[in-house]
Amino acid sequence: MTLSPLVVQAVHEASGGAAGPAARLAWLTIALPLLGVVINGLLSLTRARAKAVVSLVGPGVLLGAFAVAVAIFLELRAAPPEAPLVVTLWPWIHVGDLRIDLALQIDQLSSVMLLVVTGVSSLIHIYSVGYMGDDPGYARYFAYLNLFVAFMLILVLGANLPVLFIGWEGVGLCSYLLIGFWFTDKANADAGLKAFLANRIGDIGFLIAMFLLWQTMGALDFATVLSRAPGTLSAAAATWITLFLLLGCTGKSAQIPLYVWLPDAMAGPTPVSALIHAATMVTAGVYLVARTGVLFALAPTTGLITAGIGALTALFAATIGLRQHDIKKVLAYSTISQLGYMFLGVGVGGYTAGIFHLVTHAFFKALLFLGAGSVIHALHHAYHATHSHDDAQDMRNMGGLRRWLPLTCTLMWIATLAIAGIPPFAGFFSKDEILAAAFARGAEQPVYYLFYGIGAAAAFLTAVYMARLMAMTFHGATRVGEAEQGHLHEPPVSMTGPLVLLALLSLTGGVINLPAFAGGHEALEQWLEPVTHAATALRPLALPTGTTEEILLGAAIAIGVLGLWIGYRTTLGQPILPARSAPPETGFARVLYRKYYIDEIYDAVFVRPLVWLSDKVLWRVVDQGLVDGVLVGGGVVGSRWLGRLGSRLQSGQVGLYVLLFLVGAIWVLRAILG
Amino acid sequence: MTAFLTSIGYEHWILQVLLAVPLVGMALVIISPKDWARVTALVVALFEFVVSLGIWWVFDPAKPGLQFVTRVDWLPQFGVSYYVGLDGLSIFMVLLSTCLMPLLVWGSWDQIDFKQRGFYALLLALKTGMIGVFVAMDLFLFYCFWELLLIPMFFIIGIWGSGNRRYASEKFFIYTFSGSLLMLVAIVAMVWTIGQQTGTYSFAYDHILAHVDLLRPQAPWLFIAFALAFAVKVPVFPFHTWLPDAHGEAPTAGSVDLAVILLKMGTYGFLRFAIPFFPTFALSPGVTTVVVALAVTGIIYGALVSMVQPDLKRVVAYSSVSHLGFVILGIWAATVQSVQGAIMVMIAHGLSTGALFFLVGMLYERRHTRLISDFGGIARVAPLLATAFSITALAAIGLPGLNGFIGEFLVLLGSFGRFPVATLIATTVVVFAAAYLLWAVQRVFYNPLSNPENEKMRDLSKRELAVLIPMVAAMIWMGLYPYPLLRRTEAAARHYVEMVHPYLSHDRSPAGPVAEVPR
Repeated sequence: MTLSPLVVQAVHEASGGAAGPAARLAWLTIALPLLGVVINGLLSLTRARAKAVVSLVGPGVLLGAFAVAVAIFLELRAAPPEAPLVVTLWPWIHVGDLRIDLALQIDQLSSVMLLVVTGVSSLIHIYSVGYMGDDPGYARYFAYLNLFVAFMLILVLGANLPVLFIGWEGVGLCSYLLIGFWFTDKANADAGLKAFLANRIGDIGFLIAMFLLWQTMGALDFATVLSRAPGTLSAAAATWITLFLLLGCTGKSAQIPLYVWLPDAMAGPTPVSALIHAATMVTAGVYLVARTGVLFALAPTTGLITAGIGALTALFAATIGLRQHDIKKVLAYSTISQLGYMFLGVGVGGYTAGIFHLVTHAFFKALLFLGAGSVIHALHHAYHATHSHDDAQDMRNMGGLRRWLPLTCTLMWIATLAIAGIPPFAGFFSKDEILAAAFARGAEQPVYYLFYGIGAAAAFLTAVYMARLMAMTFHGATRVGEAEQGHLHEPPVSMTGPLVLLALLSLTGGVINLPAFAGGHEALEQWLEPVTHAATALRPLALPTGTTEEILLGAAIAIGVLGLWIGYRTTLGQPILPARSAPPETGFARVLYRKYYIDEIYDAVFVRPLVWLSDKVLWRVVDQGLVDGVLVGGGVVGSRWLGRLGSRLQSGQVGLYVLLFLVGAIWVLRAILG
Repeated sequence: MTAFLTSIGYEHWILQVLLAVPLVGMALVIISPKDWARVTALVVALFEFVVSLGIWWVFDPAKPGLQFVTRVDWLPQFGVSYYVGLDGLSIFMVLLSTCLMPLLVWGSWDQIDFKQRGFYALLLALKTGMIGVFVAMDLFLFYCFWELLLIPMFFIIGIWGSGNRRYASEKFFIYTFSGSLLMLVAIVAMVWTIGQQTGTYSFAYDHILAHVDLLRPQAPWLFIAFALAFAVKVPVFPFHTWLPDAHGEAPTAGSVDLAVILLKMGTYGFLRFAIPFFPTFALSPGVTTVVVALAVTGIIYGALVSMVQPDLKRVVAYSSVSHLGFVILGIWAATVQSVQGAIMVMIAHGLSTGALFFLVGMLYERRHTRLISDFGGIARVAPLLATAFSITALAAIGLPGLNGFIGEFLVLLGSFGRFPVATLIATTVVVFAAAYLLWAVQRVFYNPLSNPENEKMRDLSKRELAVLIPMVAAMIWMGLYPYPLLRRTEAAARHYVEMVHPYLSHDRSPAGPVAEVPR
């Protein structure tokens, strides 16, 4: 309550619009990728062979957008605004009191996202030049990828929920298009559709949250909603609104119960998995919670549910990751699990912690995917050369690849140490901050201690499955055939270059929010403070200090080291058979391998009954049977009968006609007038 | 532009010209040599289109009432006059129908290969009827145009249709004709009743509207007569089963005209006549409950049944049942947002469903089948066709940034306060809509190219691109910048909302919920 005058004043400043020159150019970050879409799209439809232009335009527009993002960041750093700068492009939906503009919002949070999205995208675009070079759909690929970035930036920069929603659905569309990029394979097209539908289930929540906000607050732009909410929004309304928003987030960010699309999404090209399904799009839900942090702070129940979903997802997905053989599937479940951490973070109220992990995860997970891409690329070419039909993504067909891919191996180990939470790699600091935040919240509500415990267990499993992945891929005896071995080699510099940069970021990314115990001053926390303070003031969070902090740190490190050791030892401690001679899984391992049969359950409970109902009941019984058969058919029979009756009356006797006409006319007049 | 148009008296003659040109064109087509029929029709259509554009500028968005009014006595002894005008409710239906004309001729160019003169003559006659329905402000005149439409459409489906065309055209005719006969009885009864009590027998819209209170005793029956006529046209569930047959069997131009204009005559009828004439009954809690329930049923039902259609054209046809349900919901919710949303859905559905029918027609011309299972992997051989279809499908399922989203969003947002449960249910359609259209897209354009007959399918020709590019451009434009459309329809929507507001079952601000929130 005491807070609102302050925030309202800040909003007032924002409407004054003190945006600097760079901030006013924020639209360029969207327009540049869109330009790429137009050029690459037209090329793909007219001359699909124009590779040189595509290779130049595709990554080029992204580097341009990155440059603008850097300029915006520097401008904000030079003069940090207290309130978001809103740049209105044009009026969009103006009806009655509803005023939705196509407007962009530049503040500390969106500038961080802007840097991450354009930066990582640039690297992945460059990597794609090599990775997708031989693909006949090269131009189409870059058109889609550029389109994705444009929508992602609309999502990040949107100044109101409907504009954010353009980006939100748009990235889903691009995800759909890119998952099904090789669409002549039905499995890929299926996976794309599944992703789109799962996301749309979430979008119901997003839409309803907007309706509720409009109903209760009469506004949909962040500045108004977030500043007025603390005084006017009831706890019940805030809870419902945030619960529906959370439903949207579980779709986009692949959390329980809507996570099922993400593993299938690995059907897309690997750079797409790195960019969309690891580093950027799937983190949109985390961003949304952080963006609307005030609403979540007003609804502690939703916070609890968010944290619970996050913790459970982190553990659940990690267990599945233990038993997958497809290297990309392991990473997919790992992504779901890591997104769970971010939800745990923002659910607890640690918005900075969530965003911090979002950033470091973007670095190390993109690196892991791109590294896996290099491995797949190498194996694929080897199999291609020897006309083998083995699966280039199945880790049972790998082993000992360190010999041929030493650089990729080293770089992926950096990412592995980062995700496993080994200091001083980036993931250590961000994951630790989330777990510490959960622990701290436990002092208020003991259930958060449980979430902390689940998170810690998931951290252990993370280290285990990552060590298993590395061991199966790069170490031990090789299971690659003699013939293929000669064809294995590191990818070209255009692919290794981005990997090296991402490895540097994975190694040093922790500095952006280095805590005091490591000699830092939590730079990200301070940077985001103008955005997060309204929420943290409503729901304060004091991270543990002193002995507690040291014990938590020690535990985290011990868990990571132990997990890596166990994962590595158990994987190499037993013989691994190549995929084609491996026996089927048994027992609980099979349940894990089959992902707890969740897909099958959803299919049997939701999909099949719905299709059956639509086809067999609604169409054939209601439409054709009841409406057409009984009503219309009955009408036809009735009118035939009437017609026959009528034709008997056509007796040719004029007198009868006149009589009937008179009777009828009188009757009609009586009916009308009486 | 506006000054020039005003100086030549544009607003006084434009509607007459729009009504007359297609009829003159019809005569020209009939007397022209056989091979010149389509060229003549195209010239006429282009002329009509160009002339109509001035409406965009001359129309004054600030005025809530009728503009471009012309009123001349026709049969004064019966109270019938030639009375036409345009306002925010009708402007875009008229513009949509004139803009569509050249595209319809272009789209039929090669598809109609026999009795061309008859076809284009009927197509032009249809256009006069369509424009007439939306500009007529005299109920007798309105009824004439309303029926004028039926006959050309009956023949277009019956002669140039495919497969089961006789059945489809008869079903269409009987369904809609029985609806409109009831309306005729109601119109005559209204004029009679009002005439009896006021001494003035007049079919003029404003005369009847001014005396609706005199109709109160008969309101339920009169409303039901009107509502049946309109509900069949919309079509409201369960009066929709003529639609998949008519849509399915009609030639492309017929399906497009049906989707873009004919269905909107029903929703327009509710907005213009049925509700303003009988607000006490139409908006009473009981009727509202029934209508909203039917609208929401239609929204979900249409989507689910669409999902399982084996025939691509019927997928699109059933999707109309779903989309038009939004219009009905929005009309009955009667907030500025929901009514503006209803109008936007009417426009957007015209664009995207019209384009979808064109696209299905193009597929049919190539393969002479509409069964989804006959296709697969088409995107590999016809990427332009696939791209155009995909963008249009995305527009139809309401992807924000394209045209479909604006209306659906506004309807749902505006209806939520009045009908929270119905709106919640209706919102779930975003999943089903994606399911029916994108699943169809997948089975037609993606998946393996397994049928050898599809391998040689040619991509879009220049003529086909000329039909589709303007439509796709309009979808993107409307999705990103609907402001000019909203501005031109707002006054009429607000007028409607204020008119019916006293009759709503519970009181709330017509402009939106803001008034309730302390500032």
